[in-house]
Amino acid sequence: MKRIFPVIAAAALLIVSARAQQPISTTQQPSEVSTTISSDQAGAAPRFAVPDFIALSKDAETVDAAQTIGRVLWDDLSFEREFNLIARDVLATIPPATSFADVPFDRYREITVDGIIIGTVQKTELGVRVEVRLFNRARQAVFAREYSGSVANKRLYAHTIADEIHQQQRALRGVARSKLTFNSDRDGERMTGTVENRGVKEIYIADYDGENQRRVTTQRSLNINSTWSPDGRSIAYTSYRRGAPTIFISNIYQGTLDEPTKGAAGQAFLPAWSPDGTRIAFTSTRDGNSEIYVANRDGSNVRRITNSAAIDSTPTWSPTGTQIAFTSDRTGTPQIYIVGADGLGLRQLTHESYADRPSWSPAPYNEVAYTARTGPGNDIKIIELATGQVRQLTFGEGTNESPSFAANGRHLAFMSTRSGKSQIFTIGRDGRDLRQITKTGNNYQPDWSR
Amino acid sequence: MMRMQRTSTTAAMALLILLTVIATACGGKKPPVARPAPPPPASGSSATATRPPAPPEPVAEPVIVPPEPVREDRIASSSLDDLNRNSPLKPAFFEYDSSDLSAEAQRVLTENAVVLKQYPSWTVTIEGHCDERGTAEYNLALGERRAVAARTYLVSLGISADRLRTVSYGKEFPFDPGHDESAYTKNRRAHFVITAK
Repeated sequence: MKRIFPVIAAAALLIVSARAQQPISTTQQPSEVSTTISSDQAGAAPRFAVPDFIALSKDAETVDAAQTIGRVLWDDLSFEREFNLIARDVLATIPPATSFADVPFDRYREITVDGIIIGTVQKTELGVRVEVRLFNRARQAVFAREYSGSVANKRLYAHTIADEIHQQQRALRGVARSKLTFNSDRDGERMTGTVENRGVKEIYIADYDGENQRRVTTQRSLNINSTWSPDGRSIAYTSYRRGAPTIFISNIYQGTLDEPTKGAAGQAFLPAWSPDGTRIAFTSTRDGNSEIYVANRDGSNVRRITNSAAIDSTPTWSPTGTQIAFTSDRTGTPQIYIVGADGLGLRQLTHESYADRPSWSPAPYNEVAYTARTGPGNDIKIIELATGQVRQLTFGEGTNESPSFAANGRHLAFMSTRSGKSQIFTIGRDGRDLRQITKTGNNYQPDWSR
Repeated sequence: MMRMQRTSTTAAMALLILLTVIATACGGKKPPVARPAPPPPASGSSATATRPPAPPEPVAEPVIVPPEPVREDRIASSSLDDLNRNSPLKPAFFEYDSSDLSAEAQRVLTENAVVLKQYPSWTVTIEGHCDERGTAEYNLALGERRAVAARTYLVSLGISADRLRTVSYGKEFPFDPGHDESAYTKNRRAHFVITAK
């Protein structure tokens, strides 16, 4: 993966003077003045104009990169719903700038915008240089960055800009650079060996918006339950390549493979990384029936967390790493439970007819999403831990399974059959803004990177 | 050594008699010939080889010989793939979200135990499968419990545990891709795969 280095950051930030219409600013020193853009309508989201970036070089590649970066940035910013983005067809009525020096501010003022993001793309010997500035109503640049690198993954410039603008303007951790992993049968390959005519499933990754879908495993086997390490550099998953299911860790940027459950008795599946990435929780049958275990990432220091003749499965960590939520059918039906990572303090969380696949939201939200039986199929629900209040995100369109929170807790990925085959979707934690991520083959069990 | 040899000879004879009975019982196509006297008590392997030439009763011979060795050969000489395609080991089926063995499942497993005793060199993998209504995650554990239930029952019938591996496929490999009860019924199963013979 290419990395983009912010070349200029704070140095390029202009310190703006206090404005009269912001009374609180009058007592502040200039260096403390906020660069945050707000709407002049109290409570409304600021209106942002994000036109295509300006191609300073006229070759086709640069022209294409400039257009792509502007449009992806528009999509990335709209995803978090912090800004009210001016529709592209409205933007198209405003003549494009040719540099930072000739931005048509008056025209933008006609459509009442609070912020304008202008960017340029210039071809260089090594690739491209991308400059971006965010102007406020006073035409001052309150955010300015410059990046240079390869033009190959032009979308990554937009994702980076979006995440940095969300951070600077809203103290919000954007997820534009995050990724999804899931398993898919899209290549239609069949397993070899004694049992014929069974399709393989391989692990894939994709950008959060479904772009750049890539295959990770090539074993012609059943590979499922993929999940990102917290640093986004490894994927743990369950593979049947040794016959029975065991856990593998693919270090995707090094091309190396670890096998933490190698040599252990029984089957192991459904790995879950601890928030610090040093341990994995997983389900194993090594002692005779399905129990939750925690081991170091390399498989050492295995400890058993549950002890029940019932099924205990599908662990997920709390954001602090002190608790584990999991599924157990110890009361007769599968329900979600929470237990300390030391195995103490068990309590039942759900009282559904059937519940599975807990996914614990990151801060600042304190909730657990899960799959619940709601009729002939399943739906995604979320339980707020403080109040026990349950809300439903999907409503019987196909079956819906395997929720996974985005790193900022504001979105979830899940599998749904609502469009026919099994596909990956994302949705806001409020149930709005459903987006289909995969369209080829059947796709299952998404996990959203931290 | 001696005992083993005798045991296998006895087993072979018992098998021959059993197969004869079966052949007679289910031989719809066979002419209603009076059951011939069994060939001279087989003294080991030479029995089949030396039998054909100049039998005193030509009518009797073909009745016994053709069906039996063919049947025996099919299983003994089939590749594992062929064997599993038309397996003598039948699947045991389960109720929704259950790993309890019904009377019918126990009957099937008892028959499988007979076959496994007949071919003591076989090792098998018992696969646990689930229907699509449960979640992909939970079904991994449920499928495992089904496979283990079948395995435990076979062990109780005297099959050595180390011949029986279990693996759960959850709902990953449905036998019937349909989305109705008839498909679900087929997909909730402990499925037997012969892995060595």
